Amino acid sequence: MINAVGRDIPEEVMAATGRDIFRGTYVNDNKEYTKAAPTVRAVCDPKRSKMVASIREAIEKCGLKDGSTVSFHHHFREGDYIVNMVMTEIHEMGLKDITVCASSLGKAHDAIVPFIEDGTITSIYSSGVRGKIGEAISNGKLKNIAVMYSHGGRVRAIEEGRIHIDAAFIGAPTADEYGNLRANGGKSNCGVLSYAYADAQYADKVVAITDTLVPFPNIPASISMVNVDYVCVVDEIGNPNKIATGAAKPTTDLRKLLMAQYCTDFVVAAPYYKDGFVYQTGVGGASIASTIYLAEKMRKDNIHMSLGLGGIATPMVRLMEEGLIGKLVDTQDFDLGAVESIQAHPDRHIEITGSEYANPMNKGAYVNKLDYVILAALEVDTHFNCNVITDSTGLITGAQGGHPDTAAGAKCTIVISPLVQGRSPAVCTDVTTVTTPGETVDVVITDYGIAVNPARPDLMEAAKNCGAPLYTIEELRDIAYSIVGEPRKIKFGEKVVGIVEARDGTIIDVVRQMQEYVFDD
Amino acid sequence: MIDESKKKRLRRSMLFLNCQKPSLIRDPYVYKPDSIMLDLEDAVAENQKDAARFSLYHALQEINYRGVERVVRINGIDTPHWQEDIRVCVAGGCDVIRIPKCTCANDVAIVEEAVYNAEKEFGKEEGSVLLMAALESCLGVINAFEICKSSERLIGVALSGGDYTKDLQTHITFTGIELAGARQQMIIAARAAGVQCFDTVFTNLDDMEGFEAETEMIKLMGFDGKSLVNPRQIPVVHKVFTPTKKEIITAEKIVREIDTKKALGIGVFTVDGKMIDIAFYDGAKRTLMLAKAAGVYEGDLV
Repeated sequence: MINAVGRDIPEEVMAATGRDIFRGTYVNDNKEYTKAAPTVRAVCDPKRSKMVASIREAIEKCGLKDGSTVSFHHHFREGDYIVNMVMTEIHEMGLKDITVCASSLGKAHDAIVPFIEDGTITSIYSSGVRGKIGEAISNGKLKNIAVMYSHGGRVRAIEEGRIHIDAAFIGAPTADEYGNLRANGGKSNCGVLSYAYADAQYADKVVAITDTLVPFPNIPASISMVNVDYVCVVDEIGNPNKIATGAAKPTTDLRKLLMAQYCTDFVVAAPYYKDGFVYQTGVGGASIASTIYLAEKMRKDNIHMSLGLGGIATPMVRLMEEGLIGKLVDTQDFDLGAVESIQAHPDRHIEITGSEYANPMNKGAYVNKLDYVILAALEVDTHFNCNVITDSTGLITGAQGGHPDTAAGAKCTIVISPLVQGRSPAVCTDVTTVTTPGETVDVVITDYGIAVNPARPDLMEAAKNCGAPLYTIEELRDIAYSIVGEPRKIKFGEKVVGIVEARDGTIIDVVRQMQEYVFDD
Repeated sequence: MIDESKKKRLRRSMLFLNCQKPSLIRDPYVYKPDSIMLDLEDAVAENQKDAARFSLYHALQEINYRGVERVVRINGIDTPHWQEDIRVCVAGGCDVIRIPKCTCANDVAIVEEAVYNAEKEFGKEEGSVLLMAALESCLGVINAFEICKSSERLIGVALSGGDYTKDLQTHITFTGIELAGARQQMIIAARAAGVQCFDTVFTNLDDMEGFEAETEMIKLMGFDGKSLVNPRQIPVVHKVFTPTKKEIITAEKIVREIDTKKALGIGVFTVDGKMIDIAFYDGAKRTLMLAKAAGVYEGDLV
């Protein structure tokens, strides 16, 4: 069936995954539904300890069996040890058909690929996958179809009961023996535990894994003892150097600076640039540079941001400290500056849950209050659809993260990408994989100039006045093709190896198995 | 025929790019330099000259540089490469050939003859390719005036500070002291011959303040522009070389007043309290032309 972004979703994939096709970003507005609920094993006896001696003991006490679903968060980013530790134990116990429901998976988890190949893991839900897991999925090694959801979409799936977690394994920088978990004060601080919150609330069993056991009470807790069954102490939960790195040096790449300049010029010219605006940006070179340019304008114009949202890095922290940003509302910390800030400024730098951030099916998430979001993309097409998941060979190599969530929520969604990436046109006729629907993308900013979605004639005036060269999206594509040519369509195999889930749980696109390239004679 | 407007165009910034690297020469126009200098000489390894020529030819043929002038630095006439370099430049259709290590007028004449022959060989219009001369030695600098006058095709001369200071038996100090004589000699020679004059590169990319100060100095000395090694330097040069709003308004007044007063038979008068006569006319016109070329003046006085 053809969905709202023109992708043909095979009916057998709809049947196999039990999902409808994507019918538009806002079709569920006003829909009523009943949330799922976990099965709770009560702790009435004050003498009972929650401490377990090992991850093995925790798994046994959780009663995990073949076919169970386990969940993980990705706040330790590329420094995470939890997923590998738990999955290795599960593998050694001989369990099969396990579903891994992660907020995201990365190169740190290459070690679980053999467990995919031997049938220990047969389903994966994740925001995205990089490294060897991506290759394994793209090459058809995972038994069931992988599901890639957004950060908001994941919380929705858990709250709706679409995914039922048997046991959540929550890496916690600090924990007390009764299961109050904090993201700071330990050896491997990650600042916040936002994405683990839904797991703690909705999983039947919750296991806290820490390398720093602290005296009771470990509060204010990101995750409360009322949701935690067991506490397990291990030597190391992660590699601190890869969890929170030093602040990235501002880029000196003029191409990125040029895009940042165009971006800022547009933001300032657009109607939402006024005192109290709400803003989110990423941590790429151009995004950080545009934050720096924007700050210069804000100082000059005496305009303040009421709220900076989402993943936080040092440049946004500095602006808050300077008084240019009122509050930082945080779901993930990208560097040490952000981790330190959330401890130093408890009144202004606030941790929120994944649901508060981006769940499309609660009673209103923070993303809905965004004036601007600045995003990157691997590809944008002439329908303004974006791809942030598959690379130029069709390999799964990225993650949705909050891309579709913030795009859907923001009044003005800006996507920055160099017009040509290596030998590939970043602006094209049809993206390889749709992750973010074009109806939610308003402006594309490239090193050549900018294009405005014709569905947003109200932004046209700003685009004309901002000083950046203005093109139609088709013109940008034509320039890109004139430089590197129009790429031939990637030849995939027939088998669908993954679906890209829209925020509401419908199928926005599928990813097919890679096919070895054969040269034409 | 030499196209005079092409010869005298705005050349504030001339960005060096290595022809060996397709990613560099693919689309440098996004940085909006006035000219790019595609290098076949020092940046290209001795055994890669052919490959660099190949990519140069295709770049010149295939890429629309969107009004950015395409200068090619060929190999010196003391190497085995320069004649083939010239054939590729002319066949590809570059705008200007930069002659390295130029020491005298005859060096220019030798290259000019090869360019002429190549234009005939490839059916190009005579005079389609212009020349510029890089002065990289004391001999070249002392002969600056004869080099500046050596050819109709010559747009100007450029100082190459690295080689020149070696010949002078000193080195680049970033104070400008070692280059003072050459700069002065060259700009005077260029102006006397009616051609342009370009300053040498500034290689310390971490010292943007020093770069800006040097650019301001050479602008005050009279230079038309500067050779650049990184796109980051372009906006700085353009800022320095582009007339300010105030300068444009004053220039406009001067041109207008001189035109009207001349008709009334008045030779000397004041503008904003300053004495103005016909001697200011060309300078004011030049400011407006520079402003127009830089895209900051849309009036009709030039």
